[in-house]
Amino acid sequence: MSKSYSRPLDLKHGLVNLTHGSGGRAMAQLVSELFAAEFANDWLAQGNDQAILPPPGGRIAIATDSHVISPLFFPGGDIGSLAVHGTVNDLAMGGATPLYLSAGFILEEGLPLADLARIVRSMAAAARTAGVAIVTGDTKVVERGKGDGVFISTTGVGVVADGVNLSGDQARPGDVILLSGTLGDHGMAVMSQREGLGFASPILSDSAALHTLAAALLAACPGLRLMRDPTRGGLATTLNEIAQQSGVGMRLQENAIPVQASVRAACEFLGLDPLYIANEGKLVAICPAEQAAAALAALQAHPLGQQAAIIGQVVADAHQFVRVETDFGGERLLDWLSGEMLPRIC
Amino acid sequence: MKYVDEFRRGDIARGMAAHIHTLVQPDRQYRLMEFCGGHTHAIARYGLTGLLPDNIRLIHGPGCPVCVLPIGRVDSAIELALRPDVILCSYGDTLRVPASNKMSLYQARAKGADVRMVYSTSDALQIARDNPHKQVVFFAIGFETTTPPTALALIQARQEKLANFSVFCNHVLTPPAMRHLLAAGDAVQLDGFIGPSHVSTVIGSAPYAAVAAEFAKPVVIAGFEPLDVLQSVAMLVEQINAGRTEVETQFTRAVTAQGNAKARSLVAQTMTLRDSFEWRGLGQVPHSALAIHPDFAEFDAELRFALAYRHVPDHKACECGAILRGQKRPQDCKVFAIVCNPDNPLGSCMVSSEGACAAHYHYGRFVEGQPA
Repeated sequence: MSKSYSRPLDLKHGLVNLTHGSGGRAMAQLVSELFAAEFANDWLAQGNDQAILPPPGGRIAIATDSHVISPLFFPGGDIGSLAVHGTVNDLAMGGATPLYLSAGFILEEGLPLADLARIVRSMAAAARTAGVAIVTGDTKVVERGKGDGVFISTTGVGVVADGVNLSGDQARPGDVILLSGTLGDHGMAVMSQREGLGFASPILSDSAALHTLAAALLAACPGLRLMRDPTRGGLATTLNEIAQQSGVGMRLQENAIPVQASVRAACEFLGLDPLYIANEGKLVAICPAEQAAAALAALQAHPLGQQAAIIGQVVADAHQFVRVETDFGGERLLDWLSGEMLPRIC
Repeated sequence: MKYVDEFRRGDIARGMAAHIHTLVQPDRQYRLMEFCGGHTHAIARYGLTGLLPDNIRLIHGPGCPVCVLPIGRVDSAIELALRPDVILCSYGDTLRVPASNKMSLYQARAKGADVRMVYSTSDALQIARDNPHKQVVFFAIGFETTTPPTALALIQARQEKLANFSVFCNHVLTPPAMRHLLAAGDAVQLDGFIGPSHVSTVIGSAPYAAVAAEFAKPVVIAGFEPLDVLQSVAMLVEQINAGRTEVETQFTRAVTAQGNAKARSLVAQTMTLRDSFEWRGLGQVPHSALAIHPDFAEFDAELRFALAYRHVPDHKACECGAILRGQKRPQDCKVFAIVCNPDNPLGSCMVSSEGACAAHYHYGRFVEGQPA
């Protein structure tokens, strides 16, 4: 198809314009020279409106996620890799092996093609690492001022093996709560860029695909009740969701929850609580007490889970409260996030 | 974190709590008001109440800048924000304060108002420089702590001749509010104050001496770390046991008797004392707030936009007033955690993380087993 174009896309100096979303030749050129070239797989190369895929076997898992982030590039990642990791992780938390992704792009008129190419290459690399193929997609362009550079929506398809039944409603009193690593790295990496805060030790996003970590955990802990990645709203929101779904309470030990010193300092500076900050490469797992040691060992043996820790227990509580025992021996509630996290006034 | 972790050590806290248990006289009640919302937040966040003897009662005071802002002032800010020529800049929590007609600055923004959340006054100045064809108004709120940055912004705006910048000044003062609380006819019974240290880094500890002496109440200027609070409680208990009513400083690492002379001078240049100002919960409090000094009148949003203050009563079911006066606890309010919650606040105390109701809702309501 590209042979018919007189000039290739100017990926160095060009800008997205409305013709790139019009369905005409410019759009076809963008798709073939950038998206299809970078994502490179047989299904996409067919250029059809759909990808026709062989039956995967097992039960099918599907997850969808939209990615809206400013800035588009942040220490440790960008919107492209994030769009892959987010959906891969949503599948993996259900015990699924991720197989395919679709990608919908909403581009803002004026976006440098160089930025778009960088994002697409990052997406392609993330997909290769995660072992998923981006098999179908869509592109739209909105007028300048009506977008935030790029919005990316990804839908993922995976397959769940027989016998794996993880669900947020399966936490039981007596179960143990595990966390795969330090909290708040992604949220603070983005925030430090957005607010122009130049910390002496830069905080990197933890954005990563968790499917191999999840698979290792599942193999070591056959009684695993559930996994979930604490993204927006952080650990606090995730645990409240699970408590509500399962009709249980939780008790955490604050000093057992891992947080990097630099993240803790940045949160302190802004008056934020790391337990509410977003993560993109961490998982929370709940398992029966007798399998907790094996689960912890499996997490810690994986490169993405070296700082894993047991952070608390599931308890019976009709109010479904998530409580935290402070380092002082006092107790407090760890509530749902209300509204936005806002820095304090004084 | 050097100089922070040291004030959060669990072993020291437990030791200090045990020490307080040995200090208290069992037949005596110790009713201590933490004036500032920052203390309320720290007490709830670290679960300190559970460590103290039953005869020490910590009472939330009116020291949350968002909570004490009367509805009429928020209404004026919303009115300004809805003007097509205005960009209103505000600190974050203020955006969620419920005002008249089910409005808040957030809702005004959804209706098309240009409301920008800023982290500092310098952000507001930059917005003014970037938008010369718009009127940029900084909605200034807060106690003595946030006043010097507003003063600096006024000075800078004048130096730069930023004709499109103005300040809607709602800064309030701590000592007059403390005096007003103690002098009120229906005053809550108090045995001492945990005083706000951030305020005293600016004004010093000396301005509390007259209040402490007149009303025979000890004041301990306390830092915001949990160990600071526990140590301040111990200092207050010791003063009460000995019958002393002095102003003491626990937060000696930053507070002196005189405070920060430069900051006070900036404020004195740019602002002037109001005869009276309405506080939510406290009503009109004489000499308790600042207005823009006549020398800086050109930057005074109240003059520029001819804002007339209108008193608006609180929602009938809302007990924020009594809570801010220390007469009621959040859980005593009939609408607490039912129709009034952080996602849909009926009163201002449920808005800011420093508000008494929000602190109790987020951290402490498991004590009563309130439904989620």
